[in-house]
Amino acid sequence: MATAVDTLRDTPFTISGRTFHSRLMVGTGKYRDNDTMVRAIEASGAEIVTVAVRRVDLDRTRETGVLYHLDPKRYFLLANTAGCATAEDAVRYARLAREAGFNEFIKLEVIGDQETLLPDVQGLLEAAKILAKDGFRVLAYTNEDLVTALRLEDAGCAAVMPLASPIGSGLGLLNPHSVRTIKRRLHVPVVVDAGVGTASDACLTMEQGVDGILMNTALAAAHDPVAMAHAMRLAVEAGRTAYLAGRMPRREVAVPSSPLEGMLD
Amino acid sequence: MNDTIDITVNGQLRAVSKGVTLLELLGALELDPRAVVVEHNRTIVRRPALGDVRIAPGDAVELVHFVGGG
Repeated sequence: MATAVDTLRDTPFTISGRTFHSRLMVGTGKYRDNDTMVRAIEASGAEIVTVAVRRVDLDRTRETGVLYHLDPKRYFLLANTAGCATAEDAVRYARLAREAGFNEFIKLEVIGDQETLLPDVQGLLEAAKILAKDGFRVLAYTNEDLVTALRLEDAGCAAVMPLASPIGSGLGLLNPHSVRTIKRRLHVPVVVDAGVGTASDACLTMEQGVDGILMNTALAAAHDPVAMAHAMRLAVEAGRTAYLAGRMPRREVAVPSSPLEGMLD
Repeated sequence: MNDTIDITVNGQLRAVSKGVTLLELLGALELDPRAVVVEHNRTIVRRPALGDVRIAPGDAVELVHFVGGG
């Protein structure tokens, strides 16, 4: 039987042969200022940090690139294809990101609907196949559909990232059963991406047995992003440890915790 | 007579000197070649080659970098 020490030791979190020390991955968007972003990322304990590819501002009226604030030696930068609506666009952004970046990893997003930001499954699979063949380690943002997740794995994705709920919604884990099923059936890591709103969402998500969580808005839009980042770090660790510990069975009826014997007459 | 050509940089029309290279364009825009990725007519041009590629009238150049995102 595993002891507490064994449980806490856990297996390494590895994606495509590369091991990471934190199961919490964080984004860099929407922070009120760069100083808050840097302190929140530090407090989160995250190693993998996502960034987006955009045009340089030739008028210099906006802030400079994110690398000015984040040390790429300290963090593992995971570029995304956020905002792309076609496989062709996503492949183009991924190649630009690889040229700008420091690794072959790409968080692949192909958005099919602008209101919900739900993925275009067909475009996603098409882009995943092209990028995987081109040597990318693809982490695919997808919905909580098992069949799509299986096809993404078959397409050569390094990890599959089902959503908890729509991007930026903070609605939490809407479909624990589907996420659990995806985790059970896939061999590659499953990282829940998007929708986590607060620490209990992160904890509940990790309790499903998934390998990690990626979040952005839950930190950036919190009243105190640094404190929320700390809470998320604890929640991810708590959820992971609880999953490994194995929860008690659910019962429909009460079972007393104190002995029935020895009661006074 | 006319020493400039019209090209598109990040979606904006710009006049640049005739015969200018991508590296010289970055210099004129005060951009560090190590901090941007250059796409020239939809083809990525790697840093060492930036000085070899001359810009022609009507070319489309995209200059991108990493920004905050999720």
